Amino acid sequence: MPAGICKGVCITARREDSFSYRLWRYDGAPGELIPLLQSAQDHFGYIPRRAISYISGVTGIPESEVYGVVTFYSQFRLKPMGKFVIKACAGTACHVSDSKLIIETIEDELGVEVGGTTEDGLFTLNTVACIGCCSLAPVVMINDETHGRLTPALIRKLLRSYRRREKAARGEESSAGCAERL
Amino acid sequence: MKQVIVGMGTCGLSAGARQTFDRLNEILSGNPGAFEISGTGCIGMCYREPLVEVREGGSRFIYGDVTPELAEEIYNLHILGGEVLENHIALHIAPDGKKSGSEAGFHSLQNKIVLRNCGTIDPESINEYEAAGGYQAIQKALFEMTPGEIIQCIKDSGLRGRGGAGFPTGLKWSFAAANESDIKYVVCNADEGDPGAFMDRSVLEGDPHAVLEGMIICARAIGAASGYIYCRAEYPLAIKRLTIAIDDARKKGYIGKNILGSGFDFDVKIKQGAGAFVCGEETALFASIEGERGMPRIRPPFPAEKGLWAKPTNNNNVETYANIPWILENGADAYADYGTEKSRGTKVFALAGKVVHGGLAEVPMGTTIHELVFEIGGGIKDGREFKAVQMGGPSGGCIPSTLDMTPVDFESIPATGAIMGSGGMVVLDDRTCMVEMARFFLEFTQNESCGKCTFCRLGTLRMLEILTRITKGEGEPDDIEKLVTLGNQIKEASLCGLGQTAPNPVLTTIRYYRDEFEAHIHDKRCPAGSCSALVDFFIDPEKCTGCTVCAKNCPVDAIAGERKKVHVIDNSICVKCGKCITSCNFDAVYKK
Repeated sequence: MPAGICKGVCITARREDSFSYRLWRYDGAPGELIPLLQSAQDHFGYIPRRAISYISGVTGIPESEVYGVVTFYSQFRLKPMGKFVIKACAGTACHVSDSKLIIETIEDELGVEVGGTTEDGLFTLNTVACIGCCSLAPVVMINDETHGRLTPALIRKLLRSYRRREKAARGEESSAGCAERL
Repeated sequence: MKQVIVGMGTCGLSAGARQTFDRLNEILSGNPGAFEISGTGCIGMCYREPLVEVREGGSRFIYGDVTPELAEEIYNLHILGGEVLENHIALHIAPDGKKSGSEAGFHSLQNKIVLRNCGTIDPESINEYEAAGGYQAIQKALFEMTPGEIIQCIKDSGLRGRGGAGFPTGLKWSFAAANESDIKYVVCNADEGDPGAFMDRSVLEGDPHAVLEGMIICARAIGAASGYIYCRAEYPLAIKRLTIAIDDARKKGYIGKNILGSGFDFDVKIKQGAGAFVCGEETALFASIEGERGMPRIRPPFPAEKGLWAKPTNNNNVETYANIPWILENGADAYADYGTEKSRGTKVFALAGKVVHGGLAEVPMGTTIHELVFEIGGGIKDGREFKAVQMGGPSGGCIPSTLDMTPVDFESIPATGAIMGSGGMVVLDDRTCMVEMARFFLEFTQNESCGKCTFCRLGTLRMLEILTRITKGEGEPDDIEKLVTLGNQIKEASLCGLGQTAPNPVLTTIRYYRDEFEAHIHDKRCPAGSCSALVDFFIDPEKCTGCTVCAKNCPVDAIAGERKKVHVIDNSICVKCGKCITSCNFDAVYKK
């Protein structure tokens, strides 16, 4: 019963956009596979194995074919992402402004390669073809915030500030937890 | 009352327009009725974002680089006191249309047809679009013209597809119109995949109704009842504004059943792309809308005969559709007055790279590259030397500075070996290595090849391997010939535009910059001083603080220096890994 898949955990703002609603509403209209996958990714943050099964079960499209579509498009990912998703722009304008150096610095600072997620689950590093803020090159997007005109030293400082803030927030959480227990 | 308009395109928002907008709203809530505030799309001068316009009477004052603090100053001095902050004015447009201000040069050669409303109206308000003359052309198309007359008008205007190939739009429509079918489709290609191009995004964000109106007119001309806009998922703001536009247009009866009582039905859906460059190719785009992997199909049959779901389909690019309402309203002749004999009208370019004024410019076809780079673009950043422009993205090529008097039109640009493309123009200076540039684009197309055609799938990989080894100083004497042979074979043996054009960036750079390739291969030298493996590394004594981080990170101990004293790199030991550059906290290491 696909409608109940994520009952109680759906956090999508509009019911019409939620994964379970979309699966439930599926009426056999052609061309729905990609929108279904997109809502699954919105819901889970990635495409888990079970989402492929659900979609295949409802649409009748073989799992192998669904998997083929998932791996064809760069938007879909089969692994969970970090809390902060870094999209380092590798477009032409950024490239001529040495974006490669910025990407290498991020890789070095975080200890992951492009496409990877840090062990603490904090950062995922991806590259994108163009964010469209070419006049601010080189540009990096961290979640929804855009940071432009970067240098290796600046990006290092930026990543460390994210780490520090996160550490501080976690520290507060745990000390608040202690206070509660006391 | 004074109107305050903030540029809220992606370029503006990423430069901090949201904070400026919020500050202005705070001021307004403290002083109700002091002014009216709204947002608008890209104003074009991306390099001066965030932009804030103060409009009064017919006079428009556009301020550049407006921080929240400056916004407050503008409120106090200009809005309250009536005193213009001359130092911060980017552009002033007088009621008679005369332009002045520091950025007047950027606008001097521009003629805005596609961008007519971008940066002047609120894209989320259908009323503002109507007030600017919007949805008038649709009335003409529905009640005064027959489908045949619409197509004839577009043919007469000389409009050619703005997606890159430049196929005559009117002719394309006539093919789709001539095919009998119960169902036909109108598709708008908004999958702007070229890195370094953002024209379509700016139009969708700044004037979504113009694109919709163009599609409705097309649907009327070819007899289609439904349409799709295939938009990149990387453009969330464009998708949001299109969704609002479609909802509003439906409420006003411009979309839906029995449009404006004419008996004509048309509806539009947005399909989000999922990140595949090849989906910009029309048959791959159809496959993607149908929910499959976006792989191109063999043509013929052409889309006008069998397109989306094997029905007659007309597919045009965003910019093409945005031209349509203007042409219908002002007449084919008015449009044909702009441009050259074979390339009519205007073209929007996204200027980026090493140019001073990066942004969006719409110029008549036939404007020269020199005019675009120097008069509109303001020349090269940091006073460097102009080397080339890259046009057409990964399918295009580099046009050297010696050919800078080339007019931009559908005849002259392909003659140089590049292509018009969708309008991305990336300016390169003397520090850009052309071999590396070719490698960069090939890496992109190689990665995006869908894998259907062997030559595209494997040929581009072999080319990439050769180029990579050249940039590493491991090039072999016959590498250039190998690249040319492979490139020509890939062009001939690939099914779709991606493979047919993928070798272009390599072939044009070999054509114009053979000496750079030879320097890499024979002399193991990068003339532009860019390829890490072929240059030397230095530490700027002014910036070095002697923190020892670089020395600790160096894998071969090539960096010497005492704590708190300037460090020095021994280039005879250095293995050019670049670790010192990326680890330095003071940007003190550079290569030359």
